[in-house]
Amino acid sequence: MQLSSINIRRQIMPLMRRFLDLKICRIRRRTDAYSTVCTLVRHRWMRSVVIRLPKQLCQEYSSSSTPKAGIDMSDFPVDKIRNFSIIAHIDHGKSTLADRLLEITGAIVKTEKNKQVLDKLQVERERGITVKAQTASLFYTHQDETYLLNLIDTPGHVDFSYEVSRSISACQGVLLVVDANQGIQAQTVANFYLAFEAQLAIIPVINKIDLKNADPERVEKQIEKVFDIPTEECIRISAKQGTNVDQVLKEVVKRIPPPTARKEDPFKALVFDSTFDPYRGVVANIALFGGRVSKGDKITSAHLGKTYEVNELGILRPDEHPTNTLYGGQVGYIVAGMKDVTEAQIGDTFYHHKQPVEALPGFKPAKAMVFAGMYPVDQSEYTALRSAVEKLTLNDSSVAVQRDSSLALGAGWRLGFLGLLHMEVFNQRLEQEYNASVIVTAPTVPYKAVLTSAKLIKEHGQEEITIVNPAQFPDKSMVSEYLEPMVLGTIIAPDDFTGKIMTLCLNRRAIQKNMVYIDEHRVMMKYLFPLNEIVVDFYDSLKSMSSGYASFDYEDAGYQPANLIKMDFFLNGKPVEELTTIVHKDKAYSVGKAMCERLKDSIPRQMFEIAVQAAIGSKVIARETIKAYRKNVLAKCYGGDITRKMKLLKKQAEGKKKMRRIGNIEVPKDAFINVLKRKEK
Amino acid sequence: MKGSRQFCWSVVKRTLYVSPKTQVDTSTVPSSRDTSVLVSPPQSDEAALYVHWPYCLRRCSYCNFNKYIPRSVSHSAMRECLQKETETLLNLSQVFRITSVFFGGGTPSLAQPATIAAVLETISQHAQLSKGAEVTLEVNPTPAGMSKLKDFVQAGINRLSIGVQSLNDEDLTVLGRDHSSQHALHTISEARRLCPGRVSVDVMFGRPGQSVASWEKELEELLCVCDDHVSLYQLTLERGTQLFKQVERGELTVPGEDITAAMYRSAREVLEKRGYRQYEVSNFARGGAVSEHNLGYWRAQQYIGVGPGAHGRFVPLSAGADQREARTQTLEPDVWMSEVQKSGHATRRRLPLNRLELLEEVLVMGLRMVDGITHQHWEMFSPSDDLHAFFGQPGDVQELQQRGLLILDDRGLRCSWEGLALLDSMLPTLLVQLETHVLRKGQQRNQICPPSQHREGRQAR
Repeated sequence: MQLSSINIRRQIMPLMRRFLDLKICRIRRRTDAYSTVCTLVRHRWMRSVVIRLPKQLCQEYSSSSTPKAGIDMSDFPVDKIRNFSIIAHIDHGKSTLADRLLEITGAIVKTEKNKQVLDKLQVERERGITVKAQTASLFYTHQDETYLLNLIDTPGHVDFSYEVSRSISACQGVLLVVDANQGIQAQTVANFYLAFEAQLAIIPVINKIDLKNADPERVEKQIEKVFDIPTEECIRISAKQGTNVDQVLKEVVKRIPPPTARKEDPFKALVFDSTFDPYRGVVANIALFGGRVSKGDKITSAHLGKTYEVNELGILRPDEHPTNTLYGGQVGYIVAGMKDVTEAQIGDTFYHHKQPVEALPGFKPAKAMVFAGMYPVDQSEYTALRSAVEKLTLNDSSVAVQRDSSLALGAGWRLGFLGLLHMEVFNQRLEQEYNASVIVTAPTVPYKAVLTSAKLIKEHGQEEITIVNPAQFPDKSMVSEYLEPMVLGTIIAPDDFTGKIMTLCLNRRAIQKNMVYIDEHRVMMKYLFPLNEIVVDFYDSLKSMSSGYASFDYEDAGYQPANLIKMDFFLNGKPVEELTTIVHKDKAYSVGKAMCERLKDSIPRQMFEIAVQAAIGSKVIARETIKAYRKNVLAKCYGGDITRKMKLLKKQAEGKKKMRRIGNIEVPKDAFINVLKRKEK
Repeated sequence: MKGSRQFCWSVVKRTLYVSPKTQVDTSTVPSSRDTSVLVSPPQSDEAALYVHWPYCLRRCSYCNFNKYIPRSVSHSAMRECLQKETETLLNLSQVFRITSVFFGGGTPSLAQPATIAAVLETISQHAQLSKGAEVTLEVNPTPAGMSKLKDFVQAGINRLSIGVQSLNDEDLTVLGRDHSSQHALHTISEARRLCPGRVSVDVMFGRPGQSVASWEKELEELLCVCDDHVSLYQLTLERGTQLFKQVERGELTVPGEDITAAMYRSAREVLEKRGYRQYEVSNFARGGAVSEHNLGYWRAQQYIGVGPGAHGRFVPLSAGADQREARTQTLEPDVWMSEVQKSGHATRRRLPLNRLELLEEVLVMGLRMVDGITHQHWEMFSPSDDLHAFFGQPGDVQELQQRGLLILDDRGLRCSWEGLALLDSMLPTLLVQLETHVLRKGQQRNQICPPSQHREGRQAR
């Protein structure tokens, strides 16, 4: 019975949505009897299919159909509004739960294809991650009252925790989703604390209970132990199958407090996200902390003091849905003729022109953790690449952009990212969305140096400088001390892997700060890491050594003095600027050796021998040799082979133009990043 | 620019010979960047002729060639169609003389000698086929093939190319060949009796499990019995073949890059010592017994391809064209046959070659020869700019010369002994240089005179 009803629902729901929305809605409002609805449904569309629809279906269906055209937002006073986020460790099913919530409330038509609807970017779908937070307003009917639920989706990866904190600031509560099999993971902890510190209502949701190895009881105990939330507060669901998802919505209404905003107050709104639309300019996502705002109103930015006229506003469901007015406690978007994303700074406060209010606290600006140079493969593509970088950074204000130029690579940029994934995603978006081809240099972390040379101090205007480009690393003779950025890392893993993980961390110069068991088998460890040790491949190594069971998250932990040196790499005596790296002195030899070996493997043989060297100053500390080709000629080539042969050669000739040349050596442009990313041996 | 494109379309429209399935690849029709069309390639009244026999008795484990293992072959239908297509294409090209004929495959020695005779007869009816012209047949050294050799010679074959591949019986089994080393030796001696001085043997190195020492021994053995011509092939693993799968699954291992390099090197030395002069990457001849037909390919001469999947390079003069085309016949024998019956020929794809593309082929093929590309040879295709203008400028190509891999001198452009083994690594560099030069010249010309005057065309003439 259960099974068949699900099947039927799948088949008929889209149809029903399309034809019956309004009609049923009205009937539903006037009467309380679900049976009325069912009769109608059967009568019209399902003569021979179903006699009785499950109660749940009717409920879902009716709630889906509430306001359609011309929503009057004044129907939703604050006590009918709930603003919440879903937070979770990556892959714990956050986006799937969001899909189900959207379906149940009718924001999207229920189909098999609804997979991560809020993940709009190609890169998000390909990698199965959320990069950019999205917002959706849902209409949900509970005990005859229609509620406006604003769901603010958040990114899942550790690099994007900054976005999570932003989203959280517009909410009064969160759904903390935990995988029933994997249990609490590092980001679960990090995200919990973000919500906890913001004093939000936290609803633990245990997802994937349909999995064979699901152990919701154990996870509930973990939650009780680590977060001090009673086990009975957890909701067990399967977002994939839709089990108990309706319960989640009920609990959202029950447990999450309404926003405290008052309609009567002066208009006051927090900008918690912004995107750029080439036609309309900046589209800002705002949360109203008080008052109301309508089309045609004049609003002022607290940050810049500039005044704008509101051209368009509305709610996101998740597509833009214009309305006339937004009221206190609501969440929506606003277009007000801002031409530059910096005009809608995230964390800024908007108020009515001539009715200034106290600005909301806002957020710390995103802090770039990883820097890398980006250059066009061919300098003639500089202008095109510049416009692509500009467009992309318009939508991602967390990328720090700085013009840069190098002797070897020409004009380009030094970009700052939140983490390596963020950098890869940026690079991938450049390639996919703008068809740009770039050379990326070795990522580096922002080091600091305390200068002693009076001349340099004068030049920089300060004693302590930050170095984001290894090429500008000052010589030891002019420096009293180098400092490196540190992070506090959290690792959660089954205790079988404790030994291996401790060794890995030790090799990464980490210091253990604490270690606790979160249940009988799982350990949470805290380590103080130098940031540069985890930037490139730590997460991959950790994952592979723990068969994917360990999770990792980190937070900023200031700077510490370190014995740093600059290491250069040479191919036949010619420096490879992309690879210049700052390393800890104790690790110089092993890093140099490993990098030379990897370079040897990733540069194809050429017609001459290539010496690969790592050097500190003028001293070579490691060397590898790439032997020359001895033979490379196709055995036979007669009349019938020419066409194929020419095609292959032309392709090679085209590829040649795209190679990065160092002296007369040709290097495929992804070789360097591959060299940096390879797992440890 | 515009003119040449229009010109091509007019070719298409006027070509009545082209079967309905023929596609002209307009994407490479004289591209916008290269405007000058080489109007009449050299010796356009001459061509070589290749005939493809698509059938085999069994599939060799390394072969990805266009071949079919049929349950039965209609010899008479094949004969008629080969004759028909030969006739049509000869008329289309309007060549006056056929310089050589090559029957390849597949396994052309499975064809009936009467078929060979009929095709040669057709050629003679529509063009001049001089008595001395080289007419080669590829032969599988099976007893059945051997018994027919006499008849083939009677039919007009005067050169035999025998696919020995190996003198090791185990290896022949792995390669999926249908003959033994004993068969091979018998076939060679019979062939030498019938066509003294005009027998070639094919032999393959880089086979699974082969070592440099065993290869040298095998080669010495072969040289004791063979005639004046040897072709050396390195076994290449082609995707989709059984051998490729076996190697991928780890059931067989083929020698690595360094070992095959040593094999090639030692073979070149051994052959040289025994009086076989290398004249091309994989071809060696004693006493000048070179293959005229194959030299034609490397010298970028015209050739007509007849039979399923055959390739050709010629100017279809009678269709009003004055530009060489790369032409491919329909692949599948049955489809090919019905197309020939319907339209007289089964040209599936026609690709007019622009000046740059033609020069690319001249370069890529020419450098395979030990003598390389002479200045006279280059001049026939590029009357305005000589080899020095193209390749004598400072840059990557000059670096190859400085490294002693490439030679550009009074004779022309060619590989050094060392360089020949590295040709495929040098060609992309040479092609980039060639394209850059053609593009630069094109720009200069456009600056000097307005494009509407089409000076380029006249220059090329």
